[in-house]
Amino acid sequence: MSIKVAVAARNVGKIYGAGAAAVNALGDVSIDIQQGEFFTLLGPSGCGKTTLLRCIAGFETPTSGTILLSGRDITHTPPSARPVNTVFQSYALFPHLTVADNVGFGLKMQGKSRSEVASTVARVLDLVKLEAFADRLPAQMSGGQQQRVALARALAPAPEVLLLDEPLSALDLKLRKEMQSELKRLQTETGITFVFVTHDQEEALTMSNRIAVMSAGELLQVGTPRDIYDRPVNRFVADFIGETNFLVGEVDGTAVRIASGERLDVPLNGQTGRVTLAIRPEQIKIGTVPGGLAATVTDATYLGTDTHYALALSDGSALVARVQSRTGDDFAVGDTVGVTVDASAVQVLKE
Amino acid sequence: MARPRAFDVTTLPGFTFIAIVSFLLLYAPIVTLVIYSFNAGDSVNLWGGFSLKWYHVAAGNEAVQGAAIRSFIIATWASVIATTVATMAALGTTRRGKYRGQSLIYIIINQPLMVPEIVTAVALLIFFSSVKIATGYTGLGYLILAHSAFCVPFAYLPIKARLEGMDINMETAAADLYATPWKAFRHVTLPLLAPGIIAGAMLAFIISLDDVIITEFVKSAGQDTLPTYMLGQLRRALTPEVNAISTVLLALSIVILALFSVVTRKRG
Repeated sequence: MSIKVAVAARNVGKIYGAGAAAVNALGDVSIDIQQGEFFTLLGPSGCGKTTLLRCIAGFETPTSGTILLSGRDITHTPPSARPVNTVFQSYALFPHLTVADNVGFGLKMQGKSRSEVASTVARVLDLVKLEAFADRLPAQMSGGQQQRVALARALAPAPEVLLLDEPLSALDLKLRKEMQSELKRLQTETGITFVFVTHDQEEALTMSNRIAVMSAGELLQVGTPRDIYDRPVNRFVADFIGETNFLVGEVDGTAVRIASGERLDVPLNGQTGRVTLAIRPEQIKIGTVPGGLAATVTDATYLGTDTHYALALSDGSALVARVQSRTGDDFAVGDTVGVTVDASAVQVLKE
Repeated sequence: MARPRAFDVTTLPGFTFIAIVSFLLLYAPIVTLVIYSFNAGDSVNLWGGFSLKWYHVAAGNEAVQGAAIRSFIIATWASVIATTVATMAALGTTRRGKYRGQSLIYIIINQPLMVPEIVTAVALLIFFSSVKIATGYTGLGYLILAHSAFCVPFAYLPIKARLEGMDINMETAAADLYATPWKAFRHVTLPLLAPGIIAGAMLAFIISLDDVIITEFVKSAGQDTLPTYMLGQLRRALTPEVNAISTVLLALSIVILALFSVVTRKRG
């Protein structure tokens, strides 16, 4: 079975303004988003993720490159002619229309018959569990309910691709968790390709089939959440996704000599010269000396299931370790401990 | 424990006194005018008993009838034209990002508020008299055009305020949901803008109805409006007929202003 590409960006660039005031919002982004996938564009604010989303929606025209929808070039197609709908960060519900009229707006504009609009609206409102609110105005609803209306409105015309621009950022934590599983459910039930924009790495990890990490208008890495977390391609990705320890070192034969002088056997993949080792806090094991790298405990925080240790190696480099709490197995501030890491859990990044 | 109170101007000594004096100075003359419109006598300042006589006189006066009809025709056309132009100007100046020359455009749109009215009046007099000679047309069109022009900024301000309070994503969302630009305007922008447009039109209507200076200069013979007719009466003996006309105009503006505040208060 061949995998179909729903949305493709080919060398897409976007420059705002001109001359000295020009801002390069998107570099040269190429990306394939597959049909039926929950795809997340992840990055800090100003990384170009929203610009890319707006280029797919048709609200922006790329300065260079092309956007393909199921293989058709839609780079210069107006948004009203693209079978793509958006859930806006501000929801952008029409305040003068009832919930039912908001949800039916797209179908009405497509020229669907009155009865078809009514039956689709009823079905979609049922899908987002708002069937009782059809005659309300948006202002009479809570933020979470408005969010569902925005979702229903964008899903009603059954778009090929649904774009979501940080839709959960205005909700409180509990509601956000609820909506995360709600979105996953809707995506699975409808089979529509979701392109989700967020700056929240946890949200991206829990919801996505694949994630694209962006920074400063460039695409840094595309992969499954596990790929991105376990095999970050560079320091930015490793740092942005989860917590990471970085140790600077020099390749010495088949091992890496770190600043404290010790040699660590790690998978090198032919790298030479100065490198950075990225180690997740939960991959670090600590035990009694001798055994592993000698380190001093500088801080210990008991968190119930886990204990967080702040450690200092002999040269002063800091490490954070997250260790499962076990009775009689704890260390105190000032203790000297031995640090070990599985070679396979260390990611060697080019400096 | 007593909390330190925030500064409140109403607690200053003499506030109530000054407020009462101000309201008296503002409204006492108007109240007097209204009272004397019911005078049975011929004087605007000597009371001769209560009567509706002068309302009958005014209503039966053909010159007043003609002026009233002319005033309404001009105000209706001027508010329609000015509101249409102002709506387009407001859409053009707010539904997009900042651009070069934006403040210059604001100045041009609001020009009638800044330029002394007498200057506009003289300029229009000279300009229209040459147009009259060239075309031979002497109808109400000149007054309608002149009123439309100075009504634009009054219609523009409430429409612009309404647009600025409107989420810029409204039209984007409509376009995303398959609405062409015209359909987006028809189904989203226009209904959301309606209170601003109605408010702008009512303001323009009152401003046009009230105008004296420009009308006095631009009108041809036999084209008196209610305000210029009343001005003309000053040259003769003043009777409470003028009070009666003024009272009707006052009642009309109060009704329109009340509607205006209802329309502008009901937001979203």
